[in-house]
Amino acid sequence: MDKTVNQKAWFLVLPVFLVVAFSAVLPLMTVVNYSMQDTFGNNQFFWNGVGWFKELLDPSTDLGGRFLASLGRNLFFSLVILAIEVPLGIVIALSMPRQGWTVAACLVILALPLLIPWNVVGTIWQIFGRPDIGLMGYVLNHIGLDYNYVSNDIDAWVTVIVMDVWHWTSLVALLCYAGLKSIPEAYYQAAQIDGASRWAVFKAIQLPKMNRVLLIAVLLRFMDSFMIYTEPFVVTGGGPGNSTTFVSIELVKIALGQFDLGKAAALSLVYNLIILIVCWIFYTVMTNAGSERKQQEGAV
Amino acid sequence: MARIDLVDLAHSYGGNDSPQESFALKPVTMTWRQGGAYALLGPSGCGKTTLLNVISGIITPSRGKILFDGEDITPLSTQKRNIAQVFQFPVIYDTMTVGQNLAFPLKNRGVPKAEIDKRVAEIGRLLDLEPYLNRKATRLTADAKQKISLGRGLVRSDVAAVLFDEPLTVIDPELKWQLRSKLKALHRELDLTMIYVTHDQTEALTFADTVVVMHDGRVVQSGTPAELFDKPAHTFVGYFIGSPGMNIIPAEVRGREARIGGHVIALNRSYDALPAGAKVEIGVRPEFVEVVAPAPGLLTAKIERIDDLGRIRFARARLGDAKLAARAPAGFTSPDGAAGLKFDPSYVHVYADSLLVEGTA
Repeated sequence: MDKTVNQKAWFLVLPVFLVVAFSAVLPLMTVVNYSMQDTFGNNQFFWNGVGWFKELLDPSTDLGGRFLASLGRNLFFSLVILAIEVPLGIVIALSMPRQGWTVAACLVILALPLLIPWNVVGTIWQIFGRPDIGLMGYVLNHIGLDYNYVSNDIDAWVTVIVMDVWHWTSLVALLCYAGLKSIPEAYYQAAQIDGASRWAVFKAIQLPKMNRVLLIAVLLRFMDSFMIYTEPFVVTGGGPGNSTTFVSIELVKIALGQFDLGKAAALSLVYNLIILIVCWIFYTVMTNAGSERKQQEGAV
Repeated sequence: MARIDLVDLAHSYGGNDSPQESFALKPVTMTWRQGGAYALLGPSGCGKTTLLNVISGIITPSRGKILFDGEDITPLSTQKRNIAQVFQFPVIYDTMTVGQNLAFPLKNRGVPKAEIDKRVAEIGRLLDLEPYLNRKATRLTADAKQKISLGRGLVRSDVAAVLFDEPLTVIDPELKWQLRSKLKALHRELDLTMIYVTHDQTEALTFADTVVVMHDGRVVQSGTPAELFDKPAHTFVGYFIGSPGMNIIPAEVRGREARIGGHVIALNRSYDALPAGAKVEIGVRPEFVEVVAPAPGLLTAKIERIDDLGRIRFARARLGDAKLAARAPAGFTSPDGAAGLKFDPSYVHVYADSLLVEGTA
């Protein structure tokens, strides 16, 4: 039988091509293009080669110094929120009820912060922390703590971290809860029979069974916090000074504040690359863990 | 090690106030002697697992007491009871090696290291797990995993009893035989009380020296395999055990005679005091009924088919409304489908309302 040849079928794929081209390929190529050039406005561009990239990685230049400093701040921020949110999420998941109407209530309460738009979260905390009218800021100052996130670096950091923990711990908790729910009852019964203490049950059963969801939680939270922009920008605007200026905030400052398109383009490419690499590492680790499990099940 | 007594023990998942008919485990009083190999046999949903979980403490009974060596342990938690239990599906602690898995119940109870090593080595040897002791337990096959679960149940030398909840469900049939004989050997070697839950009569009859048959939340009979076969205490035991099961035929019984549709079958014992108004049936195993050529004085049945099981042939016949299986001797044929039934009187039992009636000699 002759195969029907119908070139019109390409029209079916065309919309996707167009969407991808306009949403991803063209903008990315524009950025690549900009990263190789310098501009002084008036739509005049000058070829700069890899100059911006060299500068970006050299801490002695202005661009490199700012980029590396913000990168350091960003990594520190990600580590701190991971160190808080992951254990806290596990603890919350462990203490959640297993059945009854309270489950639904807990889930709804946990989901609430996740549903709030990011700049609203920022606004909430911006107001909440103000020493003059904010509930938290006012109370803290009233009891004698000199708290002011506008003028004090540490206060600003604490505010941004607490805000992120408030916003995102639920995600970790919900993921862990799902992992816990998937453990068959027989495991707990066997542990009871084996005389395991609460801690031994956690170490021998719950933690190993949760490790996949935990990996996902760590990946998601790392990525999100590494790309964080809206919330700290709304609360602190990157300050005081540059103390809470994370990479994305720095990027916007360079691109929109100074209109240094070349520098900003180079920075965003490097930024993007870092995220891709970390993503790839996580993905590899996760699929490896998955295939290992499959092999075991295959052996069964 | 201990004797286990159940005193008026009952459990309802709906609470103590629910009607007794809805109890998952109806009141039972019985004794499990030290060192016995018991099987708890019954169809799915008959309450076997409930009874097992009550003994191990996973479920607190709605009513009644459990005594270990005379001491009431009903309020104690599972951890504090001296009980080991193996579940239907293998439970493996993923992060541990096989050896650590086996050592886990001992470590949790603060047994000294030297003692742990000794016990783990011994159980590893008994279950043929020696080559794997230092390997991660997750990489093993299902039967090896279930062996680890069994091993964790057997590793404690001081347990009052080891409970098995259909532990061989996930195992391939050929390995099932191996593991079952392994368990039997372990039972002899370790002198532990073992209670083995199953719905498979072969499994129960080969493993246990006492089989406890449950039906609808009730223990209907407890006895040796031979007792269950020769003298079922309940019609349920009759047709649940044996393949094909016992023939249960409605009959009128008076003195030493049972009447089925006008025909008389002789009985070995005399039944004069049958409860009035009870549903009276006779029960006889297919092995003790023979189909022969129709003859006057014999009950006549209609043969539907003959199953050849190789070693033995069973005729499936119809007697009025009742179906019936009977032994077909070699060379028996029935061209017109009619056959006479010859009963062995010493194996014909009488049941009133499903319960065995002991006649007088």
